[in-house]
Amino acid sequence: MSAAWSESDPIVDIRDVHKSFGPVQVLAGVSLSMPMRSTACIIGPSGSGKSTLLRCINALVPIEKGSIKVRGIEVNDPKVDILNLRRRVGMVFQQYNLFPHKTALQNVMMAPITVLKQDRAEVEERARRLLRKVRLEGKEDAYPGELSGGQQQRVAIARSLAMSPEVMLFDEVTAALDPETVKEVLITIRELAEEGMTCLLVTHEMGFAREVADHIYFTDRGLIVEHGPPKEFFSNPRDPRTREFLGQIL
Amino acid sequence: MMVRGPKGHAGLGGGTDLPVLLPAAERLQRRSERERLLGAPRLRLRGRDLAWLCLMLICFTGYAEAQAAAAGREPISIALLRWVPLLFQGFVFNIVISVLSMALGTVLGVVLGLMQISLLPPIRFSSWFVTQFFRNAPWLVLLFYCIFLLPFEIRAFGMRIPFPDWIKAIIGLSLPVMANVSEIVRGAVRSIPSGQWEAAESLAFNRNQTIWKIILPQCVKRMLPPWMNLYAILTMATVLASIVGVSEVMTLARRVLAAEVRNDLLIPLYGMILVWFFVYCYPIARLTQWLERRYAVKL
Ligand SMILES: Nc1ncnc2c1ncn2[C@@H]1O[C@H](COP(=O)(O)OP(=O)(O)OP(=O)(O)O)[C@@H](O)[C@H]1O
Ligand SMILES: [Mg+2]
Repeated sequence: MSAAWSESDPIVDIRDVHKSFGPVQVLAGVSLSMPMRSTACIIGPSGSGKSTLLRCINALVPIEKGSIKVRGIEVNDPKVDILNLRRRVGMVFQQYNLFPHKTALQNVMMAPITVLKQDRAEVEERARRLLRKVRLEGKEDAYPGELSGGQQQRVAIARSLAMSPEVMLFDEVTAALDPETVKEVLITIRELAEEGMTCLLVTHEMGFAREVADHIYFTDRGLIVEHGPPKEFFSNPRDPRTREFLGQIL
Repeated sequence: MMVRGPKGHAGLGGGTDLPVLLPAAERLQRRSERERLLGAPRLRLRGRDLAWLCLMLICFTGYAEAQAAAAGREPISIALLRWVPLLFQGFVFNIVISVLSMALGTVLGVVLGLMQISLLPPIRFSSWFVTQFFRNAPWLVLLFYCIFLLPFEIRAFGMRIPFPDWIKAIIGLSLPVMANVSEIVRGAVRSIPSGQWEAAESLAFNRNQTIWKIILPQCVKRMLPPWMNLYAILTMATVLASIVGVSEVMTLARRVLAAEVRNDLLIPLYGMILVWFFVYCYPIARLTQWLERRYAVKL
């Protein structure tokens, strides 16, 4: 299956995905596709299924209908090699979810050593490099409880990057931060995007979305109502729901 | 942290820190909530209580001593001292029983607790049932069952391995410990936020790796206070073994009283044993409270 995939194909290809939690339909036929090295932002009102969509992409949540392909790997296939999928898809959460009993460095090193069985010395070198990259040099031995929100979130980003993913998913990663620290996290994400990482972000930072995204998707009640390049999307929204949402937020 | 009262009543939304001033219902509710977290009633041993106990014992013994002198009997303190070495050996036996039951019960309980969080419904349900059964059965009944149902020796490979009563008592006491530890494990695992599971899963950890590397290490801290509380309770419960004839401290005390045909020895003798238990369990109870408060602050 992955053999049939080439770099010119979309790295994330979502077609007509449906998902319900009991009687509540959360995704009602979502389609989205991302070329490699692109950045897309998903915006939309609360409860419209943004987080659920991201969770479906790395199989944290199973879908009922439709297809999700990451690098040609069919996520919905019951025989999918889950490790192979998840090592290619990094995910960063709103609440950081760092492992509180491990230092920053250990947080970054854990998955490659435990899951990928990589050589410890090699992983440590990479982990130190990643922490330097997210500007946390000197915080290697700090525990999450000793770091600010913004610092914790950057450790979480480094932790995901340690698995050498090809796609990064960010779920409202700045929503729990205070305004001063939002910036340092956004800078880190922008650098990643500029280096050619494929990034899919759920965000409420419209200015940031306009600046970094190649494509914006607007979701409402489990559907993608409107999408397009940021210039067009923000200056000339067509759907009344988009206009209303942007009117409220801008 | 400075204002936190001795029982940790701080942070009541601007309320008072003095436990007495809280409405009784609210206080009781808070206490039962804490005990639910602990999985068992918490031992409330206070140094003040020990002081009172000793004072009362000294007064009584002094009074009895005076009477004994008047009646020309052997002084109580001499009679008591004669038996102290033997009784203390019995007390040490109680401690040995408590340590071994705790060790056995903990090992079994951790296994049972992990089964309770299994993804397979039959395993989850059966371990839940076993846990509830042994948690709610009276300790003495379990002890009787073990004493009378286990064989007095096991024949294996042509060898006879004897199975004395005290080993049966250890097994009997380890059953409720097992069930309580099982609940402690399950409670601790459930108290870890779901974000930890999600983060581990998104980093491609499988379930076993998640449990052993991420979840359980975080649980140890939360399990320590209830586990130590359980140990203190178990230590006090080891005297149940005297009912089934194990020669621990209470059995020996009864024999001593039967040998010394005099009534005035009864209260000083049992009082002394009481003090021993108190002195042994008090530091454990205090440490439990201290850890509880420390971790409560951190969470
Ligand atoms: N595990 C779950 N079980 C049941 N319902 C769920 C579950 N996860 C999400 N939902 C429901 O699905 C709907 C969409 O949730 P989702 O978290 O995807 O929304 P969202 O767009 O990310 O919202 P927000 O901006 O508030 O994060 C909500 O109504 C939520 O209550
Ligand atoms: Mg969300």
